[in-house]
Amino acid sequence: MHSISATFRAGIRAFLPIAVGIIPFALISGIAAMSVGLSIPQAIAMSMIVFAGSAQLVAMQLLAEHTPVLLIILTTLIINLRFVMYSASLADHLAQLKQRWKWLSAYLLTDQAYALAISLYQRKPQMRYKPWFYLGAAISMWITWQIGAVVGMLVGQQFPASWQLDFTIPLTFIALAMPAIKNRRLAAVALGAAIMAGATAMLPYKLGLVLSVLVGVGLGLYLEGRQA
Amino acid sequence: MMILLLIMGMGCVTFLLRLSFISVAGKTSMPQWLQRCLQFVPIAVLMAIIVPDLIYQQHHYQLLNNNERLIAGLVAALVAWKTNNVLLTIGTGMGLLWLLQSL
Repeated sequence: MHSISATFRAGIRAFLPIAVGIIPFALISGIAAMSVGLSIPQAIAMSMIVFAGSAQLVAMQLLAEHTPVLLIILTTLIINLRFVMYSASLADHLAQLKQRWKWLSAYLLTDQAYALAISLYQRKPQMRYKPWFYLGAAISMWITWQIGAVVGMLVGQQFPASWQLDFTIPLTFIALAMPAIKNRRLAAVALGAAIMAGATAMLPYKLGLVLSVLVGVGLGLYLEGRQA
Repeated sequence: MMILLLIMGMGCVTFLLRLSFISVAGKTSMPQWLQRCLQFVPIAVLMAIIVPDLIYQQHHYQLLNNNERLIAGLVAALVAWKTNNVLLTIGTGMGLLWLLQSL
Protein backbone atom coordinates (compact mmCIF):
# COMPACT_ATOMS: atom_id res chain seq x y z
CA MET A 1 0.00 0.00 0.00
CA HIS A 2 2.57 2.47 -1.26
CA SER A 3 0.18 4.99 -2.83
CA ILE A 4 -3.31 6.43 -2.47
CA SER A 5 -4.67 4.38 -5.35
CA ALA A 6 -3.05 1.13 -4.16
CA THR A 7 -4.48 1.70 -0.68
CA PHE A 8 -7.90 2.50 -2.15
CA ARG A 9 -7.78 -0.75 -4.16
CA ALA A 10 -6.77 -2.67 -1.03
CA GLY A 11 -9.97 -1.34 0.58
CA ILE A 12 -12.03 -2.60 -2.37
CA ARG A 13 -10.37 -6.02 -2.18
CA ALA A 14 -10.97 -6.26 1.57
CA PHE A 15 -14.66 -5.59 0.95
CA LEU A 16 -15.21 -8.23 -1.77
CA PRO A 17 -15.64 -11.33 0.46
CA ILE A 18 -18.08 -9.37 2.62
CA ALA A 19 -20.22 -8.52 -0.42
CA VAL A 20 -21.67 -12.03 -0.31
CA GLY A 21 -23.21 -11.19 3.05
CA ILE A 22 -24.36 -7.71 1.95
CA ILE A 23 -26.19 -8.58 -1.27
CA PRO A 24 -29.00 -10.62 0.34
CA PHE A 25 -29.42 -7.91 2.99
CA ALA A 26 -29.65 -5.23 0.29
CA LEU A 27 -32.10 -7.37 -1.71
CA ILE A 28 -34.26 -7.78 1.38
CA SER A 29 -34.28 -4.02 2.00
CA GLY A 30 -35.59 -3.54 -1.55
CA ILE A 31 -38.24 -6.23 -1.16
CA ALA A 32 -39.35 -4.82 2.20
CA ALA A 33 -39.78 -1.34 0.71
CA MET A 34 -42.09 -2.74 -1.98
CA SER A 35 -44.03 -4.86 0.48
CA VAL A 36 -45.06 -1.84 2.59
CA GLY A 37 -46.19 0.03 -0.50
CA LEU A 38 -43.39 2.50 -1.25
CA SER A 39 -42.99 3.47 -4.90
CA ILE A 40 -39.68 2.64 -6.56
CA PRO A 41 -38.55 6.32 -6.54
CA GLN A 42 -39.39 6.57 -2.83
CA ALA A 43 -37.55 3.34 -2.08
CA ILE A 44 -34.50 4.48 -4.06
CA ALA A 45 -34.56 7.83 -2.25
CA MET A 46 -34.63 6.09 1.11
CA SER A 47 -31.81 3.73 0.15
CA MET A 48 -29.64 6.63 -1.07
CA ILE A 49 -30.44 9.21 1.59
CA VAL A 50 -30.62 7.03 4.70
CA PHE A 51 -28.25 4.22 3.62
CA ALA A 52 -28.59 2.28 6.88
CA GLY A 53 -29.92 -1.25 6.43
CA SER A 54 -31.10 -2.20 9.92
CA ALA A 55 -32.75 1.18 10.47
CA GLN A 56 -34.47 0.99 7.05
CA LEU A 57 -35.80 -2.51 7.72
CA VAL A 58 -37.15 -1.50 11.12
CA ALA A 59 -38.66 1.66 9.58
CA MET A 60 -40.51 -0.46 6.98
CA GLN A 61 -41.89 -2.64 9.75
CA LEU A 62 -43.07 0.41 11.73
CA LEU A 63 -44.47 2.06 8.59
CA ALA A 64 -46.56 -1.06 7.92
CA GLU A 65 -47.93 -0.75 11.47
CA HIS A 66 -48.88 2.92 10.82
CA THR A 67 -46.41 4.25 13.40
CA PRO A 68 -46.19 8.08 13.50
CA VAL A 69 -43.30 9.53 11.44
CA LEU A 70 -41.70 11.20 14.45
CA LEU A 71 -41.55 7.91 16.35
CA ILE A 72 -39.93 6.15 13.37
CA ILE A 73 -37.30 8.89 13.21
CA LEU A 74 -36.67 8.52 16.95
CA THR A 75 -36.24 4.76 16.48
CA THR A 76 -33.75 5.46 13.69
CA LEU A 77 -31.81 7.63 16.13
CA ILE A 78 -31.62 4.80 18.67
CA ILE A 79 -30.66 2.11 16.17
CA ASN A 80 -28.01 4.33 14.62
CA LEU A 81 -26.51 5.64 17.88
CA ARG A 82 -23.69 3.17 17.32
CA PHE A 83 -22.52 5.38 14.43
CA VAL A 84 -21.39 7.99 16.99
CA MET A 85 -19.09 5.36 18.49
CA TYR A 86 -17.81 4.39 15.04
CA SER A 87 -17.39 8.05 14.14
CA ALA A 88 -15.31 8.71 17.27
CA SER A 89 -13.29 5.56 16.72
CA LEU A 90 -12.49 6.44 13.09
CA ALA A 91 -12.06 10.20 13.51
CA ASP A 92 -8.31 10.28 14.14
CA HIS A 93 -7.64 7.88 11.29
CA LEU A 94 -9.51 10.19 8.88
CA ALA A 95 -8.09 13.44 10.29
CA GLN A 96 -5.83 14.08 7.28
CA LEU A 97 -8.83 14.43 4.91
CA LYS A 98 -10.23 17.76 3.74
CA GLN A 99 -13.61 18.71 5.21
CA ARG A 100 -15.69 17.73 2.19
CA TRP A 101 -14.05 14.29 2.10
CA LYS A 102 -14.83 13.91 5.80
CA TRP A 103 -18.49 14.60 4.98
CA LEU A 104 -18.37 11.94 2.29
CA SER A 105 -16.66 9.52 4.70
CA ALA A 106 -19.36 10.18 7.29
CA TYR A 107 -22.17 9.62 4.77
CA LEU A 108 -20.58 6.28 3.79
CA LEU A 109 -20.13 5.01 7.37
CA THR A 110 -21.58 1.52 7.90
CA ASP A 111 -20.97 -1.41 10.25
CA GLN A 112 -19.05 -3.21 7.52
CA ALA A 113 -16.85 -0.34 6.33
CA TYR A 114 -16.05 0.50 9.94
CA ALA A 115 -15.21 -3.08 10.89
CA LEU A 116 -12.96 -3.57 7.85
CA ALA A 117 -11.08 -0.30 8.33
CA ILE A 118 -10.62 -0.40 12.08
CA SER A 119 -9.32 -3.96 12.07
CA LEU A 120 -6.62 -2.98 9.57
CA TYR A 121 -5.74 0.23 11.49
CA GLN A 122 -5.35 -1.81 14.67
CA ARG A 123 -2.96 -4.19 12.93
CA LYS A 124 -1.04 -1.41 11.12
CA PRO A 125 -1.23 1.75 13.24
CA GLN A 126 1.61 3.40 11.32
CA MET A 127 0.28 2.87 7.78
CA ARG A 128 0.10 5.84 5.39
CA TYR A 129 -2.97 6.88 3.38
CA LYS A 130 -5.26 5.39 6.05
CA PRO A 131 -8.44 7.17 4.89
CA TRP A 132 -8.15 5.75 1.39
CA PHE A 133 -8.44 2.18 2.60
CA TYR A 134 -11.65 3.14 4.40
CA LEU A 135 -12.98 4.99 1.35
CA GLY A 136 -12.22 2.02 -0.94
CA ALA A 137 -14.15 -0.33 1.31
CA ALA A 138 -16.97 2.16 2.03
CA ILE A 139 -17.56 3.13 -1.62
CA SER A 140 -17.61 -0.55 -2.66
CA MET A 141 -20.13 -1.12 0.11
CA TRP A 142 -22.28 1.78 -1.13
CA ILE A 143 -22.31 0.62 -4.75
CA THR A 144 -23.03 -2.99 -3.79
CA TRP A 145 -25.81 -1.89 -1.46
CA GLN A 146 -27.55 0.40 -3.98
CA ILE A 147 -27.42 -2.14 -6.79
CA GLY A 148 -28.64 -4.90 -4.46
CA ALA A 149 -31.49 -2.73 -3.18
CA VAL A 150 -32.68 -1.81 -6.69
CA VAL A 151 -32.49 -5.44 -7.83
CA GLY A 152 -34.43 -6.35 -4.69
CA MET A 153 -37.11 -3.81 -5.62
CA LEU A 154 -37.38 -5.09 -9.20
CA VAL A 155 -37.07 -8.86 -9.01
CA GLY A 156 -36.34 -9.76 -5.39
CA GLN A 157 -39.88 -10.84 -4.74
CA GLN A 158 -39.13 -13.90 -6.90
CA PHE A 159 -36.67 -15.31 -4.32
CA PRO A 160 -38.36 -18.06 -2.31
CA ALA A 161 -38.33 -17.16 1.39
CA SER A 162 -37.34 -20.77 2.09
CA TRP A 163 -33.77 -19.91 1.05
CA GLN A 164 -33.46 -17.78 4.20
CA LEU A 165 -30.77 -15.63 2.66
CA ASP A 166 -31.23 -13.12 5.48
CA PHE A 167 -29.21 -15.56 7.64
CA THR A 168 -26.08 -14.39 5.84
CA ILE A 169 -26.36 -11.16 7.89
CA PRO A 170 -25.54 -12.67 11.31
CA LEU A 171 -23.05 -14.99 9.59
CA THR A 172 -21.20 -11.96 8.21
CA PHE A 173 -21.06 -10.42 11.66
CA ILE A 174 -19.87 -13.75 13.16
CA ALA A 175 -17.03 -13.85 10.62
CA LEU A 176 -16.02 -10.33 11.68
CA ALA A 177 -16.42 -10.87 15.43
CA MET A 178 -14.38 -14.01 16.04
CA PRO A 179 -10.99 -12.64 14.87
CA ALA A 180 -11.62 -9.49 16.96
CA ILE A 181 -11.49 -11.50 20.21
CA LYS A 182 -7.74 -11.21 20.67
CA ASN A 183 -7.32 -11.55 24.44
CA ARG A 184 -9.13 -12.64 27.59
CA ARG A 185 -10.42 -9.17 28.37
CA LEU A 186 -12.02 -8.85 24.95
CA ALA A 187 -13.44 -12.36 25.33
CA ALA A 188 -15.03 -11.29 28.62
CA VAL A 189 -16.46 -8.16 26.95
CA ALA A 190 -17.86 -10.30 24.12
CA LEU A 191 -19.42 -12.75 26.57
CA GLY A 192 -20.93 -9.99 28.74
CA ALA A 193 -22.42 -8.19 25.72
CA ALA A 194 -23.69 -11.50 24.31
CA ILE A 195 -25.47 -12.46 27.55
CA MET A 196 -27.02 -8.99 27.86
CA ALA A 197 -28.09 -9.06 24.20
CA GLY A 198 -29.74 -12.43 24.75
CA ALA A 199 -31.51 -11.24 27.89
CA THR A 200 -32.78 -8.03 26.25
CA ALA A 201 -33.70 -9.45 22.83
CA MET A 202 -37.41 -8.85 23.45
CA LEU A 203 -37.03 -5.11 24.04
CA PRO A 204 -38.45 -2.88 21.30
CA TYR A 205 -36.54 -0.43 19.09
CA LYS A 206 -33.25 -2.32 19.37
CA LEU A 207 -32.82 -0.91 22.89
CA GLY A 208 -31.11 -4.18 23.80
CA LEU A 209 -28.25 -3.28 21.45
CA VAL A 210 -27.49 -0.07 23.32
CA LEU A 211 -27.78 -1.79 26.72
CA SER A 212 -25.52 -4.66 25.63
CA VAL A 213 -22.84 -2.28 24.39
CA LEU A 214 -22.98 -0.38 27.70
CA VAL A 215 -22.58 -3.64 29.66
CA GLY A 216 -19.72 -4.82 27.43
CA VAL A 217 -17.83 -1.53 27.68
CA GLY A 218 -18.46 -1.29 31.43
CA LEU A 219 -17.12 -4.78 31.93
CA GLY A 220 -14.03 -4.01 29.83
CA LEU A 221 -13.28 -0.84 31.82
CA TYR A 222 -13.78 -2.69 35.11
CA LEU A 223 -11.39 -5.50 34.12
CA GLU A 224 -8.84 -2.99 32.84
CA GLY A 225 -9.04 -0.98 36.06
CA ARG A 226 -8.61 -4.07 38.22
CA GLN A 227 -5.47 -5.08 36.34
CA ALA A 228 -3.86 -1.63 36.46
CA MET B 1 -45.45 13.76 1.41
CA MET B 2 -45.32 11.89 4.71
CA ILE B 3 -42.88 9.40 3.20
CA LEU B 4 -40.66 12.23 1.96
CA LEU B 5 -40.66 13.74 5.46
CA LEU B 6 -39.77 10.35 6.92
CA ILE B 7 -36.88 9.85 4.49
CA MET B 8 -35.48 13.33 5.12
CA GLY B 9 -35.81 12.94 8.89
CA MET B 10 -34.16 9.53 8.97
CA GLY B 11 -31.45 10.74 6.60
CA CYS B 12 -30.62 13.85 8.67
CA VAL B 13 -30.49 11.99 11.97
CA THR B 14 -28.33 9.22 10.53
CA PHE B 15 -25.93 11.60 8.79
CA LEU B 16 -25.43 13.77 11.89
CA LEU B 17 -24.67 10.71 14.02
CA ARG B 18 -22.12 9.55 11.46
CA LEU B 19 -20.54 12.98 11.08
CA SER B 20 -20.35 13.76 14.82
CA PHE B 21 -16.73 13.00 15.65
CA ILE B 22 -15.37 12.68 12.11
CA SER B 23 -16.09 16.38 11.47
CA VAL B 24 -13.97 17.61 14.38
CA ALA B 25 -11.06 15.19 13.95
CA GLY B 26 -7.70 16.94 14.05
CA LYS B 27 -9.17 20.01 15.80
CA THR B 28 -10.15 18.43 19.08
CA SER B 29 -8.63 15.19 20.17
CA MET B 30 -10.91 12.62 21.64
CA PRO B 31 -10.98 12.54 25.46
CA GLN B 32 -8.86 9.79 27.03
CA TRP B 33 -11.79 8.10 28.78
CA LEU B 34 -13.71 7.87 25.51
CA GLN B 35 -10.72 6.29 23.80
CA ARG B 36 -10.52 3.71 26.58
CA CYS B 37 -14.22 2.93 26.17
CA LEU B 38 -13.98 2.62 22.41
CA GLN B 39 -11.55 -0.28 22.39
CA PHE B 40 -14.41 -2.42 23.71
CA VAL B 41 -17.17 -1.06 21.47
CA PRO B 42 -16.70 -3.03 18.22
CA ILE B 43 -16.83 -6.51 19.74
CA ALA B 44 -19.74 -5.54 22.03
CA VAL B 45 -21.76 -4.17 19.07
CA LEU B 46 -21.10 -7.26 16.96
CA MET B 47 -22.24 -9.59 19.74
CA ALA B 48 -25.32 -7.43 20.34
CA ILE B 49 -26.30 -7.79 16.66
CA ILE B 50 -25.51 -11.51 16.36
CA VAL B 51 -26.99 -13.03 19.53
CA PRO B 52 -30.62 -11.89 19.21
CA ASP B 53 -30.62 -13.04 15.56
CA LEU B 54 -29.64 -16.54 16.67
CA ILE B 55 -31.76 -17.11 19.76
CA TYR B 56 -34.81 -14.84 19.39
CA GLN B 57 -37.08 -15.56 16.44
CA GLN B 58 -40.71 -14.63 15.73
CA HIS B 59 -40.95 -12.94 19.14
CA HIS B 60 -39.87 -16.06 21.04
CA TYR B 61 -36.68 -17.48 22.49
CA GLN B 62 -35.55 -20.58 20.58
CA LEU B 63 -32.93 -22.72 22.26
CA LEU B 64 -30.78 -25.45 20.73
CA ASN B 65 -33.52 -27.97 20.11
CA ASN B 66 -35.46 -26.98 17.03
CA ASN B 67 -33.26 -23.96 16.25
CA GLU B 68 -31.28 -24.63 13.08
CA ARG B 69 -30.00 -21.04 13.00
CA LEU B 70 -28.40 -21.29 16.42
CA ILE B 71 -26.67 -24.58 15.58
CA ALA B 72 -25.49 -23.29 12.18
CA GLY B 73 -24.36 -20.02 13.79
CA LEU B 74 -22.34 -21.77 16.50
CA VAL B 75 -20.60 -24.01 13.96
CA ALA B 76 -19.93 -20.97 11.76
CA ALA B 77 -18.41 -19.19 14.79
CA LEU B 78 -16.09 -22.17 15.28
CA VAL B 79 -15.10 -22.02 11.59
CA ALA B 80 -14.50 -18.26 11.84
CA TRP B 81 -12.37 -18.71 14.94
CA LYS B 82 -10.25 -21.50 13.42
CA THR B 83 -9.88 -20.15 9.86
CA ASN B 84 -10.46 -16.35 9.90
CA ASN B 85 -12.12 -16.93 6.51
CA VAL B 86 -15.27 -14.87 5.83
CA LEU B 87 -16.50 -16.82 2.79
CA LEU B 88 -15.90 -20.19 4.42
CA THR B 89 -17.78 -19.00 7.51
CA ILE B 90 -20.81 -17.82 5.52
CA GLY B 91 -20.70 -20.93 3.29
CA THR B 92 -20.57 -23.32 6.24
CA GLY B 93 -23.36 -21.49 8.06
CA MET B 94 -25.74 -21.39 5.07
CA GLY B 95 -24.91 -24.96 4.02
CA LEU B 96 -25.54 -26.29 7.50
CA LEU B 97 -28.81 -24.32 7.80
CA TRP B 98 -30.12 -25.81 4.54
CA LEU B 99 -28.94 -29.30 5.50
CA LEU B 100 -30.57 -29.18 8.95
CA GLN B 101 -33.83 -27.91 7.49
CA SER B 102 -33.94 -30.60 4.83
CA LEU B 103 -33.63 -33.36 7.45
